[in-house]
Amino acid sequence: MESEIKIKPPKAAKKKSNFRKALQNRMLFSGLVILAIMAIISLFAPLIAPYNPYEIDPMNRLQSPSLAHIFGTDDVGRDVFSRVVYGTRISFFIGIAVAFVAGMIGLIIGLLSAYFRILDHILMRIVDGIYAFPSILLALAIVAVRGPNVSNVLMALIIVYIPSISRVVRSAALVVKEQTFVEALIAQGANKWRVLVIHTIPNIMSPLIIQVTFVFAIAIITEAGLSFLGAGIPAPDPSLGNILFDGKNVIHNAWWMTVFPGITIILLVLGLNTVGDGLRDTLDPKIVHAKRKSKKRSLKLGGKK
Amino acid sequence: MLKYTIQRLLQLIPIFFVVAVVVFFLAHLTPGDPVTVLLGDEASAEAKAELRHELGFDLPLYTQFTQWISDVFRGDLGESFFLNQPVTEVFFNYLGPTISLAIYAQFIAIVLSLLFGVIAARRRGTVADQAVTGFSLLGISVPSFLVGLFLILLFAVQLQWFPVAGYQPLSEGLLEHIRYLTLPAIALGMMQAGLITRMTRSSMLDVMKTNYIKTAKSKGLRENKITYKHALRNAFIPILTVIGESFGTLITGAAVVETVFNIPGIGQLIVNSIERRDFTVIQGTVLLITVTYVLINLIVDLLYGAVDPRIRLNKKK
Repeated sequence: MESEIKIKPPKAAKKKSNFRKALQNRMLFSGLVILAIMAIISLFAPLIAPYNPYEIDPMNRLQSPSLAHIFGTDDVGRDVFSRVVYGTRISFFIGIAVAFVAGMIGLIIGLLSAYFRILDHILMRIVDGIYAFPSILLALAIVAVRGPNVSNVLMALIIVYIPSISRVVRSAALVVKEQTFVEALIAQGANKWRVLVIHTIPNIMSPLIIQVTFVFAIAIITEAGLSFLGAGIPAPDPSLGNILFDGKNVIHNAWWMTVFPGITIILLVLGLNTVGDGLRDTLDPKIVHAKRKSKKRSLKLGGKK
Repeated sequence: MLKYTIQRLLQLIPIFFVVAVVVFFLAHLTPGDPVTVLLGDEASAEAKAELRHELGFDLPLYTQFTQWISDVFRGDLGESFFLNQPVTEVFFNYLGPTISLAIYAQFIAIVLSLLFGVIAARRRGTVADQAVTGFSLLGISVPSFLVGLFLILLFAVQLQWFPVAGYQPLSEGLLEHIRYLTLPAIALGMMQAGLITRMTRSSMLDVMKTNYIKTAKSKGLRENKITYKHALRNAFIPILTVIGESFGTLITGAAVVETVFNIPGIGQLIVNSIERRDFTVIQGTVLLITVTYVLINLIVDLLYGAVDPRIRLNKKK
């Protein structure tokens, strides 16, 4: 009992300081705010969008931004704001779906190859092979061949981003595997699967989460790129990429069709990237460690003076 | 060095094998019958059977694969259904603009980021430093096609300094060539510029802390001489790494930017082939670009080994 009491307080204190650090990190905080706003917009899209994003209104083609249409209207009279809201929703959905599924599959592949030698040789060769493709090119080719629709875009993006996650998981798991506590567990006769699931997964969560956030961001960019190239979400469904594609044809007289969806993409990706960077700063023990070390060193120097 | 080179070359074999398998199966990923997709629903059964035979789709899968691989090794990537030309010929017809664009973009990226990176490192913590950091974060975050669209809006539609889109080959004169390629090259170079700026800044900061810089300062050398002659030179290897790594991404990035500016390069070829459902061209282009990408990365890697012996030793371990 006593030892339990002794152990608990520092643990709780550490957690609290981590959480506080996360809030203190200005970058992480502002990124989270941007993302929260975007998430609310995409969650409540039907309530926020003032018009039906599919409703064509030929009388009001290419209207510049006004009170009735704050982002203007597009080349067939649809409300650009409503389309951007729904486009954000699709981008968010694709980002989350790709990050989640690729994260899960990547986790499994990474863990298996870290702990099973034979699987390592096979899985990692395949992963390296897919990793060798420039990602947007492979995604483009898969969607081109399968035909552009949401499920094919999802499939392509998941295939393309599994390798980066499984590589991170594998190398993190290899580090955990070498640690004394795992050796001790194995010496005690612990089952390999038990070590893998109960002891390895919690210890590789930080790098996994960081990598998944980056995949989230890059999946959104890639989807926008694919839709812009005509190999993503097909019309008339709104996606940030295909609004830009429509906007490109009328770029001479309708700047709003480029500027508003463009800024939305920038905000989304900037938010995700700052969250990713912020998470890395707070979660990555190496950086925290280095910072503490440098703090100690500067204290020492101060003492000398 | 020789051992390291051979090692790296051997590592390529499984990678290329997987790449080849993936590219081969791309053509078999079509939902339903690829022959029907190519000929349309109304085509007669005989026409379909003939095309199927012509394409080798009636053979078992592994025979198709071995045949395809041996063709690839002989430099035969098949023939475009639409253009009735060998895929390699089509590819090289479209390659020129892409390479021009990639080189120009890399040039812009390097010039901008060395300038910005050094300024930020010398004035660490000032407004200039924050502006540069913001610039590089934007450069890394904003996809190149979007930068391209914004550049068109500002410099082509509003200010009319540059043409909105299009391409003039080098044979039309260097000035015209550059005039048409400037906006696309900036759009493409932004991400590279962001990455290289970041690296230049941090690498310069590291070097500036070293003792020999302190010595140079205490000797009373001029600030400029210290920055450019002593610090930048030694900060250069990590910068070179980022430049090298980014070269492969430039080639694929070029493909996307080309579509924004209607440049008749590889990107246009791919997008057109998607519209025409010209699978052999898609397959061949993806294969050629990926192989180029892998080889460029290998060459860059080997070059570091030659430039900096420490890298070679580290990798051996």
